[in-house]
Amino acid sequence: MSRWRTASGGRIDRTRALAFRFDGVRYEGLAGDTLASALLANGVHLVGRSFKYHRPRGIVTAGAEEPSALVAVRRDGARETPNLRATQVELYEGLDALSQNRWPSLARDVGRINDWLSPLFPAGFYYKTFMWPKSAWKSVYEPVIRRAAGLGVAPTEPDPDRYAQCYAHCDVLVVGAGPAGLAAALAAADQGARVMICDEQSEFGGSLLADRHATIDGASAAAWVARAVADLAAHPRVVCLTRTTAFGYFPHNLIGLAERLTDHLDAPAPQAARERLWQVRARSVVLATGAVERPLVFPGNDRPGVMLAGAARTYLNRYGVRVGDRVVLVTATDAGYQAAIDLRDAGVAVVGIADLRPTVSGELPAAARAAGIEVTESATVLGTSGNRRVAGITIARTTSAGTGGDRRTLACDAVLMSGGFTPSVHLFSQSRGKLRWSDDHQAFLPDRSAERERSAGACRGATDLAAAIADGLEAGAESAPTRTAAARRITARSPRSADRGYLGAVPLASDASQKSFVDWQHDVTIKDLAIATREGFRSIEHVKRFTTMGMATDQGKTSNLNALAIVARAIDAPIPSVGLTTFRMPYTPTTFGAFAGPSRGDLFDPVRRTPIHAWAAAAGAVFEDVGMWKRARYFPERGEDMHAAVARECRAVRSACGLFDASTLGKIEVVGPGAAEFLERLYVNSWANLGVGRCRYGILCREDGFIYDDGVIARLAADRFHVTTTTGGAPRVLAMMEDYRQTEWPDLEVWLTSTTEQWAVIAVQGPDAREVLRGCVEGIDLDAAALPHMSVAAARICGIEGLVMRVSFSGELGYELNVPADHGLGVWKAVHAAGAAHGITCYGTETMHVLRAEKGYIIVGQDTDGTVTPDDAGLSWAVGRKKPDFVGRRSLQRQSMQAPDRKQLVGLRPRDGRTLLDEGAQVAERPDQRPPMRLVGHVTSSYQSAVLGVPIALAMVAGGRARLGQTLYIPMPGGDVEVEVVSPVFYDPKGERINA
Amino acid sequence: MSKQRFSALSLLRRSLGGHRSWEPQWRKSEPKPAYDVVIVGGGGHGLGAAYYLAAEHRVGRIAVVEKGWIGGGNTGRNTTIIRSNYLFAESAALYDHSVKLWEDLSQVLNYNVMFSQRGVMMLAHTVHDVQVFKRHVHANRCSGVDNEWLTPEEAKAFCPPLNIDPDIRYPVLGAALQRRGGTARHDAVAWGYARAASELGVDIIENCEVTGIRRDAQGRVEGLETTRGSIRAGKVGVSAAGNTSAVLSLAGVRLPLESYPLQALVSEPVKPVFPCVAMSNTIHAYISQSDKGDLVIGAGTDAYTSYTQRGALHINMHTLDAICELFPMFRRLRMMRNWGGIVDVTPDRSPIIAKTPVPGLYVNCGWGTGGFKATPGSAHLFAWTIANDAPHPINAPFTIERFRDGHLIDEAAAAAVAH
Repeated sequence: MSRWRTASGGRIDRTRALAFRFDGVRYEGLAGDTLASALLANGVHLVGRSFKYHRPRGIVTAGAEEPSALVAVRRDGARETPNLRATQVELYEGLDALSQNRWPSLARDVGRINDWLSPLFPAGFYYKTFMWPKSAWKSVYEPVIRRAAGLGVAPTEPDPDRYAQCYAHCDVLVVGAGPAGLAAALAAADQGARVMICDEQSEFGGSLLADRHATIDGASAAAWVARAVADLAAHPRVVCLTRTTAFGYFPHNLIGLAERLTDHLDAPAPQAARERLWQVRARSVVLATGAVERPLVFPGNDRPGVMLAGAARTYLNRYGVRVGDRVVLVTATDAGYQAAIDLRDAGVAVVGIADLRPTVSGELPAAARAAGIEVTESATVLGTSGNRRVAGITIARTTSAGTGGDRRTLACDAVLMSGGFTPSVHLFSQSRGKLRWSDDHQAFLPDRSAERERSAGACRGATDLAAAIADGLEAGAESAPTRTAAARRITARSPRSADRGYLGAVPLASDASQKSFVDWQHDVTIKDLAIATREGFRSIEHVKRFTTMGMATDQGKTSNLNALAIVARAIDAPIPSVGLTTFRMPYTPTTFGAFAGPSRGDLFDPVRRTPIHAWAAAAGAVFEDVGMWKRARYFPERGEDMHAAVARECRAVRSACGLFDASTLGKIEVVGPGAAEFLERLYVNSWANLGVGRCRYGILCREDGFIYDDGVIARLAADRFHVTTTTGGAPRVLAMMEDYRQTEWPDLEVWLTSTTEQWAVIAVQGPDAREVLRGCVEGIDLDAAALPHMSVAAARICGIEGLVMRVSFSGELGYELNVPADHGLGVWKAVHAAGAAHGITCYGTETMHVLRAEKGYIIVGQDTDGTVTPDDAGLSWAVGRKKPDFVGRRSLQRQSMQAPDRKQLVGLRPRDGRTLLDEGAQVAERPDQRPPMRLVGHVTSSYQSAVLGVPIALAMVAGGRARLGQTLYIPMPGGDVEVEVVSPVFYDPKGERINA
Repeated sequence: MSKQRFSALSLLRRSLGGHRSWEPQWRKSEPKPAYDVVIVGGGGHGLGAAYYLAAEHRVGRIAVVEKGWIGGGNTGRNTTIIRSNYLFAESAALYDHSVKLWEDLSQVLNYNVMFSQRGVMMLAHTVHDVQVFKRHVHANRCSGVDNEWLTPEEAKAFCPPLNIDPDIRYPVLGAALQRRGGTARHDAVAWGYARAASELGVDIIENCEVTGIRRDAQGRVEGLETTRGSIRAGKVGVSAAGNTSAVLSLAGVRLPLESYPLQALVSEPVKPVFPCVAMSNTIHAYISQSDKGDLVIGAGTDAYTSYTQRGALHINMHTLDAICELFPMFRRLRMMRNWGGIVDVTPDRSPIIAKTPVPGLYVNCGWGTGGFKATPGSAHLFAWTIANDAPHPINAPFTIERFRDGHLIDEAAAAAVAH
């Protein structure tokens, strides 16, 4: 047992020694230790280097507010986590921790030079220099700054761990399981409420875990906590979550919790989730988040060994660790005395107590004096000594003349400080509750709530144990939905303490040569704050941004209020008028992986596959992502690249028959007496005159008159339309339809149903399509007269009831067979078999694109880009001229929509008959231009046409339809490509094939 | 106030005096009774406009009124990405004007705004993305704006943490890279302009909220009512981001703006690990690393209009699952801070820098999610517009009237919808 470990007491398991390493050195701790307590038990105080000056730093606190002791913990190469607070890392067998921001070693860090040069690096120095020569910023200054900055090292391998997420609802969520939180949870549970209670620590109890003196309901604090926890655990309607941080408070009482599941285990199960993110919707929230002890701002206050008094007490009483052999207490609270007394009782020499207050009375100071500890009133600190650990402290008495009298240097190996308690109002403030400044408490306290929320205990100023518990009981009972049971009573007793505390720098600090730190992690000193105010940064937000005060990983939990007081004093303004920086989530840093949760790999976004997907994959198809869908892009045969495969597929469709999986097309069934009128108002086309059994190509515009989506719409019955959309457009078209149905035209009786996944759609296209289908389709006549182009009929398809739509996106005789999705694969196989004699060929989206481009059919989103009207796309024939209105009609009448130089869809052919144009390439009127060029359009689609044997392209060109026959130029890096403007319909302009 | 130049030498000299001789970077002004021009909104755009009015247009009496503290709105809340590889010639000209001003801004203002041309890489994940970005690359090349196409391997070489595994849900098929793009230190932009403007005599009046816009019998602007009293003004330029529509409504001007929360977040600081800016519109996330070491991460706006400077949790969750998918080694890093701003969005996602129907009243707004990059250019052109009572050729297309006559500059639509 190390000499700093007490012989008995504490909550560690003295029978279970745990080996761990810090910077490669092997140490031993005990089960129940944190890394911080285990290091202190081994006499290790130097654990890190500060961000800017690389000063040696130790352990300041015992909790989540730790500004200083940041380490990396490594399990293996991919599981290294930087920037963890040693005060929160639970020890496990084999734990491997590393210090950060030092080179070559923690003890000898060359970055320390920054500290010696620190006069050159005051707050905001980088705004004033590094400007000459200009090029050096990127090549020299910034790389150097970046290397110096940062703290830990990010992992370089993908994180193999899993993260879980879940949702929960409860009547009362209690955040914090200290005395007030436990009381609130018990009181709410008494009333039958569904309660959730969470605490960031490994066990419930909060401050009580380190309290040797309090008695609650006649028992010790520890015994009462054990009983309360047992009561809650046994309660069927209570959920208890340890190691769970409430990190964010979102609108309508949605609280985000991050639960750490495996970081404390030496050998987590391989599939166990590392963390779990909870989204809890609570009817009421009780915030019992406690208070954080504040450091004192004095010269040399950052040496390892200088720590909060409450932390020293926690290390002693909870972990059985003495933080030193000879300690000095610097305090402005009575609570600090408790630490001194406890340490003295544990055999530590308390060399002296320096109290900033002019006169000190009360129970605890009296006890200290009675124990023979010397107390200096009206004290201040002039400096400390010691290199990698504090070795002495110089204190003095402030006199009325403002000078330090009775100057004395006390040798010591630890300095405890207690500057008062800052209520943790982070979550309250995140909830948009209003804070008010309390002169009595010298703190911001919760005032008006914005949500159904109630703060209880120390976080609203009730620091006395009995008051905190009473407040918690009241909050819990109040928050329960019903109050039926009698109110619970708990009696508590602990030594009374007066803890108004002290804000800002201690007297005479600004005269000292040593730095007085306000923000440990970011190395912000009182001088930096003085420079900021001198340079006119007076709003606390400006001070924060200029000095980076409070912007470190602790987000200023221990520093903000001191900084505020120092600035207020500097500009001679009351603290509330200087303002308070905004509290933002997360309360403490929260793992990215927990936010992402299971959303990774295939679960990142659901993959949508058609019923024919597996068949296509087996046939060797290459897929592309379209929206969430995987679509077969082409079906290469042996040795074929995409170009060869597509050429073969194209020829097959043009000469015989092709088979295409169109199941991804969006499908919406529009049904009801108002269905025709609904489409009439929404789409640009006329629908009233569309006969049952007929189809029509529909165009949907946005209100701005630009094409939003398109697709064939079939009228299945007078009151029933089968609307198809683009593959990617289905969700937004349905959303737009619902928007109009619900908000614009609630008078129409119409119902919308997404049927995209109900139907498998199998396109059979090509001159032999009819012959192929003759053996597959029963119950209808496939002849052109009976089932002409753009018609639809119910039929039995390979024995399955479905719809045959005679439509074509290829320009050939074509059918689209709609069958229930479950039968899609069977029908596909049957048609494929039936077509074998005709040389039926499967084709993918790439061939589909070539075929439609040969016909001049647009793809919304490729040939259009949200700035294209129906007329621009050559589709004005589709617009119902006689309709009184449709979405976008008014916009289409605007002046610029009539302009003759609008970009219009045209075809382009390279003059050389060879050059395949780049999609996205620009179009110019004049050749040989240099940037900035005058441009008249761009290429939207470009393919090698197998049937024509030449490259073809579609383009949007200003005034394009008036340019047919003109020569235009495609400026490419290697020179211009000459093109001829032609009709966008390259193949079968009369449409004889489609109507065959 | 005497001029105090910033340099390594002045820093060294003043360090000898314990840095006690620095003066306020800008004067704390009380409102005077009258100004030639009052700019409403003390963000980068407003302070910059005041600076250029004084420096380039020699306007005598200028004030900037700010309801809170300068640089406290979107200037201090954004993810500091700067680029100009926009699709339409109008936009590319506007943003490239800005990039050119960024390149000299530290020297012009004698304030290190830390403009870092680290390169902005936009990732393509689908065939559709490839088509869109190649169109950008071609259009930019013809306009003289740098933007180049990278294969996945080239993208990985430029940005080593990038996951280009072809088997991920949305594999990287390539990227468009603008090497002149990058980041800058956002606060420094506001402070640098404030300091330079203040030295030229501009009054910067903080904690001064506009409560009314006064007009004369002919309807022309004649002054402002503020929480710090009445101020007469020959011209008023409004540059108030998310609150612009509220301010303009005081003069009876309705603008086609909607205000949305836009969130961003930073990780804890780590040693240099991310060398550039990477953006993915398809999976909604962008990321860079600040000089301090934080990973700076953002995404699209929240779905609902709001004036609260915070957003919803699920937006962050989606942003971070996208980041973790593209950069799986960052999954163990931790979010240090999240915040929100209010962005003002026009129907075509392009800004308005223009005269209003009210004589003497000018507006610079509608920057949506992309205003920071435009700060110097926007400010420069807004100053021109106010000084000349007519737009500069670069901002001439960015009128209010375009929403009536249909001459939209629809960058969002040009990014196009997936088919």
